[in-house]
Amino acid sequence: MKSGFPLYAALVAGLLVLATTPLYADNYVVRTAAIVAMYGALATSWNFIGGFTGYPSFSTAAFFGLGAYVGAICQRHGIPMGLAWAIATVVVAAFAALLGGIILRLRGHYFAIGSIAVVELCRLVVSSWSTLTGGGDGLNLPLMSWPPEELMRFFLFVMLAILLASLIATILVDRSRLGFGLRCIHQNEDAAAMVGINTTVYKIAAYTLSAMFCATAGAAYASWTGYIDPTDSFQIVMTVKVVVMALLGGAGTILGPALGAAAFVLLEELFWANFLDWNRAILGVVIVLLIFFLPGGLLSLRALRRLRAAKIGGRE
Amino acid sequence: MAIYLQILSNGLMLGALYACLAVGFSLVWGVLNVINMLHGSFIILGGYLTFFAWHLYGIHPVAMLPVVAALMFALGFALQKLVINRVVSAPVLTTLTLTFGLDMILYNAMTYWFTATPRRITLDLGAVQLGSIVLPVDRLVGTGLALAMTLLLYAVMRGSSIGRAIVAVRMDRSAAELMGIRTDRIYAITFGIGALMAGVAGVVFATVFPITTNVTGIWLGKAFVVCVVGGLGSVPGALVGGLVLGLVESFAGHWFGPQQAITAGFVLMLVLLLTRPTGLVGVRGYE
Amino acid sequence: MIEPILRLDGVSKQFGGLAALTDVSFSLNEGEVVGLIGPNGAGKTTLVNVVTGNLRRSSGRILFKSEDVGLQKPYQAARRGLARTFQIVQPFPAMTVLENVTAGALFGAGAGSLGDARDMAMQSLEFVGLDALADRPAANLALAARKRLELAKSLAMNPKVLMLDEVNAGLNSSEIDGALALIRKIAERGVTVLIIEHLMKVVLSLSKRLLVLHHGQLIADGPSAEIVADERVIEAYLGAKFAARLKELNHG
Repeated sequence: MKSGFPLYAALVAGLLVLATTPLYADNYVVRTAAIVAMYGALATSWNFIGGFTGYPSFSTAAFFGLGAYVGAICQRHGIPMGLAWAIATVVVAAFAALLGGIILRLRGHYFAIGSIAVVELCRLVVSSWSTLTGGGDGLNLPLMSWPPEELMRFFLFVMLAILLASLIATILVDRSRLGFGLRCIHQNEDAAAMVGINTTVYKIAAYTLSAMFCATAGAAYASWTGYIDPTDSFQIVMTVKVVVMALLGGAGTILGPALGAAAFVLLEELFWANFLDWNRAILGVVIVLLIFFLPGGLLSLRALRRLRAAKIGGRE
Repeated sequence: MAIYLQILSNGLMLGALYACLAVGFSLVWGVLNVINMLHGSFIILGGYLTFFAWHLYGIHPVAMLPVVAALMFALGFALQKLVINRVVSAPVLTTLTLTFGLDMILYNAMTYWFTATPRRITLDLGAVQLGSIVLPVDRLVGTGLALAMTLLLYAVMRGSSIGRAIVAVRMDRSAAELMGIRTDRIYAITFGIGALMAGVAGVVFATVFPITTNVTGIWLGKAFVVCVVGGLGSVPGALVGGLVLGLVESFAGHWFGPQQAITAGFVLMLVLLLTRPTGLVGVRGYE
Repeated sequence: MIEPILRLDGVSKQFGGLAALTDVSFSLNEGEVVGLIGPNGAGKTTLVNVVTGNLRRSSGRILFKSEDVGLQKPYQAARRGLARTFQIVQPFPAMTVLENVTAGALFGAGAGSLGDARDMAMQSLEFVGLDALADRPAANLALAARKRLELAKSLAMNPKVLMLDEVNAGLNSSEIDGALALIRKIAERGVTVLIIEHLMKVVLSLSKRLLVLHHGQLIADGPSAEIVADERVIEAYLGAKFAARLKELNHG
């Protein structure tokens, strides 16, 4: 088995760069670092189902949005912020496990649209259940009366913690029976069942893992912005963006999705700042170029290969 | 009773529009195995072309129909030939992401050039009364056009050699290649037809619904639902899917309120996806 | 009396209105090597699919060590020790040969750790003679080696009953000899083997007992020597006309 040292070194270095931004940079940079960490956590989560298992899931925004709403509703009922986030995580994980039991029977294109439909359905249900969710008017959260710098720093560390947790979960899964089984399912699901893998349970586990951290991030994001509404919380664009980030970095690798998220967010900020009218089109061009010229993601580049995970059986 | 007849006819008119909107998407999905995320923007592009021809030069939407059809076919053909064909056999994740990226470009360009202000052609043709049912004439004309174009496509698929070749490729790509069919060309033609039908839907929509880039996602969502409900890759499937969706939305809107109409469509889609993934008029073997 | 390791009791399987298996009953004793023969379309592969849970039987009982396993899923069959190979090999293409077999040991045999699983896999590869190719991607193997890989994967699952579905299809005669020697070695380890074949020659050299399936029905079950002389079996294989002519020849 290959040494994991370059991987861990890169991981620690990356987290340190993000975590130390408040020491030397202004609030805009710190905010960008927090956004990088948040998308890093979302893309790393997606990797469980999309990268390891090979199921083209587009439900990220559903988990993020539900997490935001569960957290917000809890906080509005006087539950302390941290506990509200924890409840959001658990509730959405349970939701994903139940949902997974249903839609993971679908494969390929059908799974892809089923998972997209989940985002739309969640948005529609949340918009129409006004008594609980405030409907289209959205929900206000209790304001945090901290100075802006402190608030920013706090949420940077929160998002970093979620990212770190998702990465640790990834490393643990990658080395475990679960990770091996998921890779088998990715390669050939029928053959995986024939060697004794309970494919249903494994897929549900991957789907639930892909939901959990999104929910925490969503709940934290809701507390951060202080206001949520259905349109912003359940965006198909966000779902696809997260998938693109994971592909950009390298789906199925440990660090790839987080790295891809960082690259994507930085590009996005750059385009926003310099090409206000055309930023969306430029991102589109980036996606097209990525698909054509970098199908294996950034980690397939020669210089970055050493950051790929060592795989079971010692194959590079 | 009268109210139900009105809802029924509204649902059928809406359904014909949905069939026309989705048939190209369904064909591309069934034949190329590509989920074309550009489809919603194609519809709106067709709508914009129609609107500006009418607004700036006073060209009647019906006269624009063949022009838009030709332009959209050319655009679709070129996109498939030059861009999408390079990854056409890649997994769904790749093709879907690619078409999403292309859509971002088209969407951005349209928002920039045309702004997001909703545009609509008002023809003011009045309404006809059939017993207790009121039918706005512009809608009736739109429905007629949508149905006519969808049936024309059906005739082309059944009757022409290109239509037969498309069906052959859909059924078995490698067998079709062995018979001497150039699949690359068929793919480009199919994608062209997909864009053409989206453009046609756009022409019709410009006289019925407001045209704005904000709604591309909504129309794309309808195309998804119609495909899953009716089954992939066939004109009859899109017709059945469109009509079912139109009726379900109409009645759900009446009983549960307009907001729930869309939800009902999605619920219908999820239920069918899980119970009958090949759709109501299913062709076997698409995953 | 010793309880049979696998017993089918009146098993039927219908696809819509079409009967693929009708009232099939037989049992396999531990350590036995039995051939299952029948013309193409007789229902041999359906039978295996029903036993391993890839298909659900329409009626009847399937008993593994006296336990009714008629409703099991494929992964449960694998964990119980009901292993199989496929007519068309099913590797994990992007994984190495060793990883493929490790999957069998880890999930099928329930190895305690990845390290243990890899050791078991290596033994299994040595047994089938693929150890030299352990680090090759499975997709790069030639057909004969891929069939061996399937065997190694099944063996690593520590099977009680091994069902080999046309392991020799597509192999040349020297490769077939190699495969037959390997199957004998497997049988010597005490694994119950059910060989599914439509080539009579191959089965006869391995098994003393034959089952014959025809149009989804078990038409014969007994010692190989008797079965091959059985008129109904010859008819099933050659058609009534040729069977009659063969009889004339033998008598004349």
